[in-house]
Amino acid sequence: MAEDQNKILDEVTGGEYKYGFYTDIEMDTIPKGLTEDVIRMISAKKNEPEYMLEFRLKAFEKWQKMEMPDWAHLNIPEIDFQDIIYYAAPKKKPQLESMDDVDPELRATFDKLGIPLDEQKILSGVAVDAVIDSVSVKTTFKETLAEKGIIFCSISEAVHEFPDLVKKYLGTVVTDSDNFFAALNSAVFTDGSFVYIPKGVRCPMELSTYFRINAMNTGQFERTLIVADDDSYVSYLEGCTAPQRDENQLHAAIVEIVANERAEVKYSTVQNWYPGDKEGKGGIYNFVTKRAICKGDYSKVSWTQVETGSAITWKYPSCILQGDHSVGEFYSVAVTNNYQQADTGTKMIHLGKNTRSLIVSKGVSAGKSQNSYRGLVKVSKRADNARNFSQCDSLLLGDRCGAHTFPYLEIANNSAKVEHEATTSKIGEDQIFYCNQRGLSTEDAVGLIVNGYVKEVINQLPMEFAVEAQKLLQISLEGSVG
Amino acid sequence: MNVACRIVNLQEEYIKLFNDQKSLLQSGAPKKMNSLRDDALKIFEEKGIPSNKVEAYKYTNLQPYFKGSLNVAFTNDAAHNDITQHFHCEVPQLNTYNVFLVNGWFSAKDSDLNLPDGVIVCSMQEAEQKAPDVFEKYYGETAPMKEDSLVAMNTAFAQDGAFIYVPKGVVLDKPIQLVNIMTGDEDRLAFQRNLIVVDENAQLKVMLCDHTMSSQRFVINTVTEVFAKENSVFDVYNVQNQHNLTTQVQGIYVHQKKNSNILTNNLTLHAGIARNNVNVTMDDDHCESHVYGLYLSDKNQHVDNSTFINHAKPDCQSFELFKGVMDDSATGAFSGRVYVAQDAQRTNAYQSNNNLLLTDNAKINSKPQLEIYADDVKCSHGATVGQLDDEAMFYLRARGINKEEGRILLMFAFAYEVIEKIRVEPLKEQIRGLVEKRFRGEFDKCDSCVVCGQPGSNASCL
Repeated sequence: MAEDQNKILDEVTGGEYKYGFYTDIEMDTIPKGLTEDVIRMISAKKNEPEYMLEFRLKAFEKWQKMEMPDWAHLNIPEIDFQDIIYYAAPKKKPQLESMDDVDPELRATFDKLGIPLDEQKILSGVAVDAVIDSVSVKTTFKETLAEKGIIFCSISEAVHEFPDLVKKYLGTVVTDSDNFFAALNSAVFTDGSFVYIPKGVRCPMELSTYFRINAMNTGQFERTLIVADDDSYVSYLEGCTAPQRDENQLHAAIVEIVANERAEVKYSTVQNWYPGDKEGKGGIYNFVTKRAICKGDYSKVSWTQVETGSAITWKYPSCILQGDHSVGEFYSVAVTNNYQQADTGTKMIHLGKNTRSLIVSKGVSAGKSQNSYRGLVKVSKRADNARNFSQCDSLLLGDRCGAHTFPYLEIANNSAKVEHEATTSKIGEDQIFYCNQRGLSTEDAVGLIVNGYVKEVINQLPMEFAVEAQKLLQISLEGSVG
Repeated sequence: MNVACRIVNLQEEYIKLFNDQKSLLQSGAPKKMNSLRDDALKIFEEKGIPSNKVEAYKYTNLQPYFKGSLNVAFTNDAAHNDITQHFHCEVPQLNTYNVFLVNGWFSAKDSDLNLPDGVIVCSMQEAEQKAPDVFEKYYGETAPMKEDSLVAMNTAFAQDGAFIYVPKGVVLDKPIQLVNIMTGDEDRLAFQRNLIVVDENAQLKVMLCDHTMSSQRFVINTVTEVFAKENSVFDVYNVQNQHNLTTQVQGIYVHQKKNSNILTNNLTLHAGIARNNVNVTMDDDHCESHVYGLYLSDKNQHVDNSTFINHAKPDCQSFELFKGVMDDSATGAFSGRVYVAQDAQRTNAYQSNNNLLLTDNAKINSKPQLEIYADDVKCSHGATVGQLDDEAMFYLRARGINKEEGRILLMFAFAYEVIEKIRVEPLKEQIRGLVEKRFRGEFDKCDSCVVCGQPGSNASCL
């Protein structure tokens, strides 16, 4: 019985990455390496105003003085930052008029991923700002959004068209000296998305961006800035898949969210970058800094993430709860298989009065992977009546993987109520037996139990993402079966 | 012989002190102790006194407390004076084998200990003669000198402490009580090193009582190594009751063999700065360990409990519970790590840390951690920070109990969960009484300490 189970577990966890293909598009790249000249070149290529160049150079100066952090429970091979191409954009095409002008190969790529850029975009009601290696090639639904006064564009566009907003908010949540990778990103970021929801506007559709890393040897440095003004609401989706590649690729993105009074932002991620092969060769390094500030009273930010990809994930979407009565939420599923490593979690910094936060983290480790939750709940002295509940569960599939929990609770206010609980276990034989007895194969039972286990988080995702996320879980764990 | 030293730059002066006094340090000490000193000093030189930059000491920066003018006793003169005559730790109805240490030095034990045959209780300095094989085999084997610079410092400097050996199959009828008294007219730095070996099928209960008897500033670095062999049962209760100027770093390092069952309980009733390390290594199957702690702090006190439970082998169980009540401007920290090694299957590990914050200025940091490399395990941890339950309070008040009394009742109920775990009945009663007094605000001194009640010697009641 137990042996059978192990065999099936091995089979289902030994699957290959399904989205491994490579699109051959002409690329416009610059030489490898990182110097002040490279930064000037990136800035010049993007035709940026002077203030952006200054922003980048300042960050670069700080980055040079920093060292790569080593506190995470990760085994990171040394990265040669001079061996990376910091800018890659599809060769400039004339301004596209319609879908027919989009590169057919690119469209085929999207089709394979099932991205509804074509006719489906209208049916699914999703505005897609497709990013292929750093430069937006197509933006849709712009007019619909513009009617409401919503700005949804690439950040390079925003730098030119909305300099006041960019100057006011860029780098305020994640400063250029925040950490090693944030500094690197601030210096070299090539593109990303910018969202501004004006006062009192409820964004009528889910905003989504599909990121794909596509060129050989290019790190992708995305920068996303979302500003929700008073009384507004927005739900933003981010989903990633990347083609199979042998060489490690570095991804160091920044996401900044600002929620003003009574604003609500929901940020969902499905991440399925190439995790490396069964021997742990290759795969994406995902070192991301994501942070939100609940600036105004009664504001709310909710992070949901499903992390199945990347060889190494180092990611802590955080909330600074500055406004009184503000709310922060974090829902996470992290699945690691083979030699994948993940060190992920959140920070909830309670500064305002009557602030609340909720953390639900579900880790699933299989193969020889290491999966850690690392989180901080901090209640400052003035944050009266702060409330936090954290739950971090780990599920182990196989006896060569690791699941770890490193929560930090720092409480300096006596009216705070903070609770943390974590459990680690494997799928019980009784659970499998129950399913077998009712005619389910052990394989289906494992799938069923894992899906049930993460349900709480998947439920938080918008519908179209929930479907994709379930598929991803199956692919990550069931391989050929999915 | 007393040596006064002024510490400003930490390592530099400590290393000079070591080199200057090396001959004194080594004289009389067992060979094995002396043989580890140089390596230990090297590690200490490299790492120094931990500041809050060191992850394991993130919430307790010890550097300032190891600075200033401090006296170190390199000989055991003080242990021979009659100070222990004045002191009697009077735990009611608690019949113990009573042993005194003064400033970390083993002092004359109770004249008639009447220990069972084969049981050895002596100073570390004598241990080599009395039980050469045991001492040679176990000294320095489980304290993590390489990982913790304070253990390294202790290994380099420590000259004495208590040695306890319980031979195969011997069950001690009553606890051995090691009372360490800090005294003197000058600010003082002391090292204490204990080694406890409980052989196969033996059972032993130990109480470590820490007291201060004069109002000087004391810095104490204690390391206790414990070896629990097959089928042994071992309990250690550490009752800390020291004045606010005390800094104590107390490490208990337990190494367990097959089927052994151990319990440690750190009862921090009163201490200035207390850092308690408890490491348990379950190095064989079917071990069971219970690691508990209760810390009650007020004023500017700081208590930091750090535990590391190492499930190195399969089929072991560990239970961990730490509870704290923080009053005034007290700060507390808990950091617990449960490590389950690869192939340590069928492990059960439970860890819990609960805290009550009573005032606006009190602070608590909690860091419960699980690190798991085996799949057939049941591990859980929980941490909470909160206040007294309003509904429970309402229930009590509705029944005519006033607010203050209700508060004490609820706090006591909170703390009692740890007290309950004490496996020595009279001690449980004693601690119960002390904790209740403490909550009533009547506890300014150790109730069990007769010295405090005597005129002119109320120094420890600071």
